Amino acid sequence: MAEPIHAQSMPETAASRAETQPVVLFENVCLRFDGPPVLEDVSFRVAPGETRILLGPAGVGKSVLLKLANGLLKPDSGRIFLFGDEITAMPEEELLKLRTRTGMVFQEGALFDSLTVRDNVGYQLMERHLPIDEIDQRVHEALRFVELEHTYGMLPASLSGGMRRRVAIARAIIDKPDLILYDSPTGGLDPVTSTTIDELIIKERDVYRTPSILVTHRLQDAFTMVSHRYDAAANQMVPLPHNENNPNTSFLVLHQGKLIFDGSTEALVSSKDPFIKEFLA
Amino acid sequence: MPFAFENIDTLTKRMLFAVQDYSLFCWEAVGSLFRSPHYWPDVMTQCDLIGVGSLPIVVLTGFFTGGVLALQSAASLAQFGAQAYTGRFVSLSMIRELAPVLTGLMVSGRNASGMASELGSMVVTEQIDAMRALGTDPMKKLVGPRLLSTVVMLFLLTIISDTVGTAGGAAVAVFISHQNGTQYFTSAYQALGYDDIAQGLTKPLFFGFIIATVGCYFGTKTTGGTQGVGRATTQAVVVSSVLIIFCDFILSRALLWLYSGI
Repeated sequence: MAEPIHAQSMPETAASRAETQPVVLFENVCLRFDGPPVLEDVSFRVAPGETRILLGPAGVGKSVLLKLANGLLKPDSGRIFLFGDEITAMPEEELLKLRTRTGMVFQEGALFDSLTVRDNVGYQLMERHLPIDEIDQRVHEALRFVELEHTYGMLPASLSGGMRRRVAIARAIIDKPDLILYDSPTGGLDPVTSTTIDELIIKERDVYRTPSILVTHRLQDAFTMVSHRYDAAANQMVPLPHNENNPNTSFLVLHQGKLIFDGSTEALVSSKDPFIKEFLA
Repeated sequence: MPFAFENIDTLTKRMLFAVQDYSLFCWEAVGSLFRSPHYWPDVMTQCDLIGVGSLPIVVLTGFFTGGVLALQSAASLAQFGAQAYTGRFVSLSMIRELAPVLTGLMVSGRNASGMASELGSMVVTEQIDAMRALGTDPMKKLVGPRLLSTVVMLFLLTIISDTVGTAGGAAVAVFISHQNGTQYFTSAYQALGYDDIAQGLTKPLFFGFIIATVGCYFGTKTTGGTQGVGRATTQAVVVSSVLIIFCDFILSRALLWLYSGI
């Protein structure tokens, strides 16, 4: 049985925004491949300005859920809305246009290995045939945001794992998307590099206030997200005062294909669900 | 249901599903050529990779096949005092049959595998998903240019193979069989009709389509990581080669009926 998914368990600001049109809305979504169901009756929403952290053990269907949110996969049943449009039965041609409003950071970065960092980051702008000067300028800006300006002309093969994720973040944010989807952006990275990535995501959240879904199985990343804010003056993330959490960041927990929790940090840590208690232990 | 029948049943369903899936893929691939945006720079890159890149193997294969044909046919024809027909034999065999098929098989071995492995690697590293997430249709960006350039370049490579094969036959006829060069070329030229050339140049259009669609199909349907990429590559080469030979038979029959009423 899912834990409270109602306004009372959601952060106050998110609850107050529940009236407005959600950026992402899942309604009773089910998906099955060959074996048992991957997702079963999953319903949740992402409000404008909100960051949802999707927690769950590896292989539970978190990445699948993220791909469903971007229309890269179709559900067997249920409905998914992206920016108010139902994408469940939307033709690929229309989905391609809609996806230009989202930014997605894939698990391993998914950079195009035959293109330079510049061409990877500026890919969307090049597809729109923008002037070269404008592309160059915006690529530099995006790379400056992830502090990788010096990699401009390099190929992805010569970048480290952490640098690739940062370039992938730059590629996702270059066109100022209305939604960002992070698929385990720190997976397989060392703790120091993971902290750098967390800092970038917090910076993105606090500077641009773009709604996002962050998939992770690392509790440390999840709690860093809610307990820190970006300090523009110091150009780094700083911890929030004791017992204070980011009000726009809340949690979803996926277990055995079902969404077993949807709520705030406080509700998550005080959850009585045996799986959640074990997961957080 | 007995185990053996169950297996046949499953296998048949899987094969029918694969045929249906491939047909839909081909339909989408052809459709992508007529919808914007068009990626002309990618078409040119693929033309270079497929056409210019395959040129050495096509030239070598064509030359030595023409040479072997001349060598074998001269020996056989000499028994009947018809060695003068070597040119005719070589040019007809090369232009009607061997150049299109051998060029197709060579390009298939080189490029169907290349397409399957390249696209397969992109699938397993989520680059195809990333492309879709960035609002680009992989069918238009990756499959369309490969399809168009393979069809065009295989057509041109076949013409080169025809030429080089006939020249290879001439080299053997003149330098090994000690025939008269003018006689060889006159015989080769006189034997050829427009229907022979049309037959020989219709085939590469179909073979190019097979190579590109099979290579891209297996590439985009890759599953199972790097092992899957290897499997897709092998399947692409095997299936495209078999389809080329099968299609050659069907086309030969149809074209003979069309041009000669046989």
